[in-house]
Amino acid sequence: MTEAFSMRKYLRDVPLPFCPGCGAVTVMGEFLRAIHELGHTELKRFVFCSGIGCSAWIPSPHFMADSVHTLHGRSIPVATGIKLLRSDVNVVVFGGDGDIVGIGMSHFIHAARRNLDILVIMVNNMIYGMTGGQVAPTTPFKSKTTTTPYGSFEPPLDAARLAVTAGASYVARWTTAQPNELEESIKKALKLEGFRFIEVTSQCPTAFGRRAGFKDAGEMIKWFKTNAISIDKAQKMKTESLIGKIVTGEFIQRQRSTLVENVYAMIEEAKKEVEKD
Amino acid sequence: MKNKPAENALFWAGNEACAEAALTAGCKFFAGYPITPASEIAEHLSRKLPKIGGIAIQMEDELASIGAVVGASWTGAKAMTATSGPGFSLMQETIGYAFFTETPCVIVDVQRLGPSTGQATKCGQGDIMQARWGTHGDYTAIALSPNSVQEMYELTIKAFNLAEKYRTPVILLTDETVAHMRERITPPEEIEIIDRRKPKPDEKAFFGLQEVPPMPAVGEGYNIAVTGSTHNEYGIRFTADPTVHRQLVERLNNKIQKHANEIADVETFGIDGCQIGIVTFGCTSRAIYEAVERAQAMGINVGYVRLKTVWPIPERPIQQLADMAGKIIVPEMNLKQLFYEVQRIASGSAEVIPLNKIGGGELITPEEILEEIQRSVV
Repeated sequence: MTEAFSMRKYLRDVPLPFCPGCGAVTVMGEFLRAIHELGHTELKRFVFCSGIGCSAWIPSPHFMADSVHTLHGRSIPVATGIKLLRSDVNVVVFGGDGDIVGIGMSHFIHAARRNLDILVIMVNNMIYGMTGGQVAPTTPFKSKTTTTPYGSFEPPLDAARLAVTAGASYVARWTTAQPNELEESIKKALKLEGFRFIEVTSQCPTAFGRRAGFKDAGEMIKWFKTNAISIDKAQKMKTESLIGKIVTGEFIQRQRSTLVENVYAMIEEAKKEVEKD
Repeated sequence: MKNKPAENALFWAGNEACAEAALTAGCKFFAGYPITPASEIAEHLSRKLPKIGGIAIQMEDELASIGAVVGASWTGAKAMTATSGPGFSLMQETIGYAFFTETPCVIVDVQRLGPSTGQATKCGQGDIMQARWGTHGDYTAIALSPNSVQEMYELTIKAFNLAEKYRTPVILLTDETVAHMRERITPPEEIEIIDRRKPKPDEKAFFGLQEVPPMPAVGEGYNIAVTGSTHNEYGIRFTADPTVHRQLVERLNNKIQKHANEIADVETFGIDGCQIGIVTFGCTSRAIYEAVERAQAMGINVGYVRLKTVWPIPERPIQQLADMAGKIIVPEMNLKQLFYEVQRIASGSAEVIPLNKIGGGELITPEEILEEIQRSVV
């Protein structure tokens, strides 16, 4: 790497919309650092898709690249259409927890099942931040939000484990307190095939932290540091003692035939029938 | 379109004609979800598309189906989905997205009897207003309505052409009767195929500056920013600026409305000197031919306007009919959806009479139309 990393090189000259202390900026930075270290001097080989929510604004319109900012929850279907017809480009989806595993949950499961050849980076801030701090499927049990003023009465979803069960090729979870691990994981995922899912537990000091009792972003990152536990350690622990912990690390990496491979193999079969016709 | 000689005639169902026409129009991608009475389109394209290197995929629901179609369209491919009322309802948000992002695509709605699950296998015409107003916000729809297998073929191709020409979603608003009946069809010999205009090297504004901006494809180095939020001509979000919003929404509506007369496609008969008029569309319009003929034999002059384009509604021929006829009958298999639109256009120059029938997929018969004509003459 001769040239020094500069985030600006990959960005449009449009002001970033994120609140001070937002974890999305860390994710944006680590993604672009990974891109730089992989030797991409520009983003021409990439198409980005995102839905609605703060983290959907990571690529759109900031990345100097093709970006499709879709509807709430629908980034993965749009990415499906793009990747199937342009299998030669890297399709990367950015989204929040509400977007990917709330309203868009079914697409997430089916894309993992199909092993659709995309990388999904989910910024899990455990809240609907853009709309002002409503409870999300990922909000920790008993957390106070604007729609659970007496504390959330639902257990949160483990998106990473769900992705493993659904069939993803690569699944990892990190927190924004682990920028190096996150960056290495993005680099690795970009080199792999099939459905790749990276969940980043991230701080939203504005809409989650202050109601949940954190005085600023730094406090939240401290919380991540003290509560994060590696998957190796977690595997040796009882389920009850894992409540409230953030299990981080690589959950799976496996070889499965991908949707693009299977679709194009099917097309070859169909073309043979034409020869017979 | 010029038709081939009769020896080239085929015997197809409406859905089959639609699928074959999509292939002729250059469709390379289909995504859909099973639903009666539209599934044959998905089945047919699943067999045929891969043979020409295209892709047909069954998605997890209609939201995903139209989402994948939008994605496919941004790669430069012509793309289509097909559904019926319940699925059409689910697609509405993304139809608005396709309109707002100027993404050409074709949505086939094979109407069945709603609301809700209704009578799922039976014919209805209750989606005509959903086709017009289904998505939220200011929107102008293009919807075409075939009344034969031959037209299923011709209007499917036309739907793709209009989508590409105006960079907008186009709805083929058909119905269970036309989709499932088998008829003789002769695919036209000469067919005009329109493709979207790609940007010239100096064109950088893909979302404005001209009535229909050029459309680039992703993955070709254009750095396209597509968004369903209000955006300027370069695709950059402007979520508070009143002028940017007004200009964009007005242009998107005007690019269709200003060409409404060009898009309008009607079959008219006997408007000059008619006493009674009929405005009709889709399967119901098949019954008017016999009714008009029998009325004529009784000495009653009946003229009609059959809408092949239902949206934007062809106002001129309906006005002409209203100016001539004292009364206009609007037969439709719903509870007065087209009726009010005709009443608005006739605006007092003719009395507009509804003729409605819903339930069991029973069609409005020539006798019922004839009776209404006779009642109207008195």
